Amino acid sequence: MSKRLTCDVVVVGAGMVGAACALYLARAGLVTLVLDRGPVAGGTTGAGEGNLLVSDKEPGPELDLALLSGRLWHDLAAEPGIGGAVEFEAKGGIVVASDAEGMAALTGFAAGQRAAGVEAQVVDADRLTDLEPHLAPGLAGGVRYPQDCQVMPSLAAAQVVRAARRAGAELRTGSAVTDILRAPDGSVRGVRTTGYGDVHAPVVVNAAGTWGGEVAALAGVHLPVLPRRGFVLVTEPLPPGTVRHKVYAADYVADVASGDAGLQSSAVVESTAAGPVLIGASRERVGFDRTFSLPVVRRLAAQATALFPFLGTVHAMRAYLGFRPYLPDHLPAIGADPRVPGLYHACGHEGAGIGLAVGTGHLIAQSLTGGPPDLDLTPFRPDRFTGAGEER
Amino acid sequence: MELAGARPGPPFTVTLDGDEIDALPGQTVAAVLWSAGITSWRGTRGSGAPRGVFCGIGVCFDCLVVVNDRPNQRACLVPVTPGDAIRTQEGTGHDELG
Ligand SMILES: Cc1cc2nc3c(=O)[nH]c(=O)nc-3n(C[C@H](O)[C@H](O)[C@H](O)COP(=O)(O)OP(=O)(O)OC[C@H]3O[C@@H](n4cnc5c(N)ncnc54)[C@H](O)[C@@H]3O)c2cc1C
Ligand code: FES
Repeated sequence: MSKRLTCDVVVVGAGMVGAACALYLARAGLVTLVLDRGPVAGGTTGAGEGNLLVSDKEPGPELDLALLSGRLWHDLAAEPGIGGAVEFEAKGGIVVASDAEGMAALTGFAAGQRAAGVEAQVVDADRLTDLEPHLAPGLAGGVRYPQDCQVMPSLAAAQVVRAARRAGAELRTGSAVTDILRAPDGSVRGVRTTGYGDVHAPVVVNAAGTWGGEVAALAGVHLPVLPRRGFVLVTEPLPPGTVRHKVYAADYVADVASGDAGLQSSAVVESTAAGPVLIGASRERVGFDRTFSLPVVRRLAAQATALFPFLGTVHAMRAYLGFRPYLPDHLPAIGADPRVPGLYHACGHEGAGIGLAVGTGHLIAQSLTGGPPDLDLTPFRPDRFTGAGEER
Repeated sequence: MELAGARPGPPFTVTLDGDEIDALPGQTVAAVLWSAGITSWRGTRGSGAPRGVFCGIGVCFDCLVVVNDRPNQRACLVPVTPGDAIRTQEGTGHDELG
């Protein structure tokens, strides 16, 4: 490589979020280069699930981003060749409650969501098995969320990168960013890479997921992204229609919002286009520990079979794990970093980065092209963490 | 060459789709089927294409078969026991669901 690389924007990270940033940046006419130290989807994107959920989000900025992202996913899936290739399914979600108390809490939660623009339909106990024939008997009822969708995350990242390249973006994998270059006035002037030397650009987008804190540190700024481990159990392939929606128990929402470092789990059960049913996912803060944990997957299995008793008779073929990019207040960092002109962040989406990626990419492109963003980015400000007492 | 001098225990029979075939203690289902000249015992989920052993070491899940009413057993890993009822498998092997 003797030719010096120059572009408008360097996107660091080719996971789902970097892919979506590249797509909307390229479509906005910016000359965009995506760099990843590994392959496309080699980070958390290739180690999670592809639920695009509104059902688990309480009213607030994350739900607004999820609703925006849901619309953009529908648009993308309608483009020629994309919907099928990413296994997009608008299958809807069903959240169930095991007792009357849980059902009351769930319907209250759903009412708040409805006011914020979520479609949520209460399902009486005796109608649950019309929607999910194999659901356990004796549940108190549920809420159906038609807007919940699903994609296959690795395929989604790959197809969105492909669409970005069709729009003019360039992809370089296998090359790590080792420094963010700054001008004397402190503004960004490019990145240093292991594979292609210095790449010159006035804008760098940090889409490094769970490693976003390290990339921020290359520019001298604090962004406390932490890993939150999750296990997923994979069953043997089952016939289509065995599990029709994304199904989970109402306690899941409390787990997602928990700041506790200890183990939380409540099984989310969904089928995949390939046949296996995925049972996910646990949440634990244990650093980047890749050790298999039998107690964790056993608990997932027990919770899943409580929802769907037939799962007790099918095999779990394997389990895998990934590290969600977690910020202390459970919101991603999206937008310009006022501390370093030219540095933008698009990371820290925790357990929702596949869903939220497209809204994020769209908002990053809007903020770079000067248009007013569709959402107020204040709650996502990357400089909102002071470094004191925030790592809960 | 030094022969291992294996002295397997007394043979017994198992069935494949009801037909008896000979087996030796310690053999896997796949070894028994191969010894009987049978190389495919499953149809794929999509097109029903024939499948048997591919990796032989439990990794690829190509060799799936029904053993004593449990579908999706890896023939290359599961040891036979006398009287095992082995059945060829179509699709997911879980027609009772769906
Ligand atoms: C078990 C589990 C289940 C999940 N389920 C869901 C779900 O159902 N729905 C959902 O929406 N989300 C889910 N998630 C979360 C989702 O997977 C993540 O939020 C999402 O993948 C984050 O994408 P990303 O692009 O930000 O990060 P990543 O996919 O991790 O991409 C970051 C990339 O940056 C690269 N990188 C890092 N540092 C550098 C550097 N210095 N130079 C070059 N490249 C670098 C990495 O190699 C990596 O490829 C789940 C996660 C887990 C673990
Ligand atoms: S032949 Fe590969 S798992 Fe049996």
